[in-house]
Amino acid sequence: MTAKVRQLTVPLSDVDIASLTAGDEVELNGTILVGRDQAHFRLCQALDRGESLPLEIRGETIYYMGPAPTPPGRIIGSAGPTTSSRMDPFAPRLLDLGLKGMIGKGPRSRDVLEAMVRNGAVYFYAYGGCGALYARRIVSSECVAYEDLGPEAIYRLRVERFPLVVAADARGGSLY
Amino acid sequence: MGAMREIGCEEVAASLKKALLKAGVELPADVKGVMKEASRRETGRSALVFQRCLENMDVAEKEGLPLCQDTGMVLLFCEIGQDLRLDGDLNEALERGVREAYEEGYFRKSVVMDPLKDRRNSGTNLPPVVYHELVKGDRLKINLLLKGFGSENCSRIHMLKPTCTREGVIEAVLKTVTEAGGSPCPPIVVGIGLGGTMDKAAVLSKKALCRSLDSHHPDPWYDELERELLERINKTGIGGGGLGGDVTALGVKIETYPTHIAGLPLAVTINCWADRKGEVVL
Repeated sequence: MTAKVRQLTVPLSDVDIASLTAGDEVELNGTILVGRDQAHFRLCQALDRGESLPLEIRGETIYYMGPAPTPPGRIIGSAGPTTSSRMDPFAPRLLDLGLKGMIGKGPRSRDVLEAMVRNGAVYFYAYGGCGALYARRIVSSECVAYEDLGPEAIYRLRVERFPLVVAADARGGSLY
Repeated sequence: MGAMREIGCEEVAASLKKALLKAGVELPADVKGVMKEASRRETGRSALVFQRCLENMDVAEKEGLPLCQDTGMVLLFCEIGQDLRLDGDLNEALERGVREAYEEGYFRKSVVMDPLKDRRNSGTNLPPVVYHELVKGDRLKINLLLKGFGSENCSRIHMLKPTCTREGVIEAVLKTVTEAGGSPCPPIVVGIGLGGTMDKAAVLSKKALCRSLDSHHPDPWYDELERELLERINKTGIGGGGLGGDVTALGVKIETYPTHIAGLPLAVTINCWADRKGEVVL
């Protein structure tokens, strides 16, 4: 089944983004960021105060996830997606700063879908509840900002054959 | 009168820890069975989702990893036999069981100490939500749920009118499920509490989730309602992961309680497909 799945490199290229259609099954290879509620809250607070962000968002893909603790000898603990809609109030600002991809589960708001079309970005569905499966597709993990937030900190992951479905594309097409 | 049966709280803590460690990694036989059956039946886009879920179940079990990174907040329903003597502090034993399981299992600690003023992580996944009930006999039974919050956030209370019909209840449940859509990691398990007061209905909806998916409601009228609800939830077409399909729910379970002439409380708890539960009997 997985042999024919389209492979994509992350960070994503604009050409690849333009070629994706809601419903496409894909696998990501490369690096992605991880951030969820508190990280988004802090990033937007920093923007409100006119401060620079602790990392470059432009071109990146962000995975809405907070991992379980890492068992000894492993790279990361269980690492499946969380509900994307909680990041909806923050996502359009990051998209306007050049964020190109988002990974999570569940539908997005109209504001997010419009910001995706405006900026040429894509939203992927990750298989909810499949944390053990995703942990095996992550080959490295490092904390890159807000370390004090623990599982809610911002991480950079290297992933291989990370299985997803395009849930909303850059032309406004959506599965939900 | 003979001597009272006695169990030590050490044993309670150890048994609870063992059950929690298993529940976070391996789904119970009833849920596994229904997932496998549903996977064969699904023809829509979400057939993909079922394949991945089954693959995840395998990986988790073989490698001892939590099925999902959200290992939940723990709910414990304790039935304490009135002829049983507990040697030690039961509440402390329950907390120890939870703390040690979450530490040793590399489960995520997802509990904050204050809901609003200071959302600092307790670091231990404590406290659990505990309900005690005194029953006949000399046994201690603990039903446990590891409740993830992607689905918990989709749960709802409806204070319906006393003249609300069977169809009215079905519509309120369908509204809750439809609004939840793909967010709670469908295929979902639906626990329904009917009657009592607002709080009682909510607790019943959680107790309903403790029932085996293979079980039938003892009252044929409610058994039929459970069946119809399952059928109509599946007809919404939400499907696994919300990607569209024939299987939106794995089971619907109802618990009831007498209520007031002026009302009909309805609580709907939604659980994700990773329906993590367990039972300890001592």
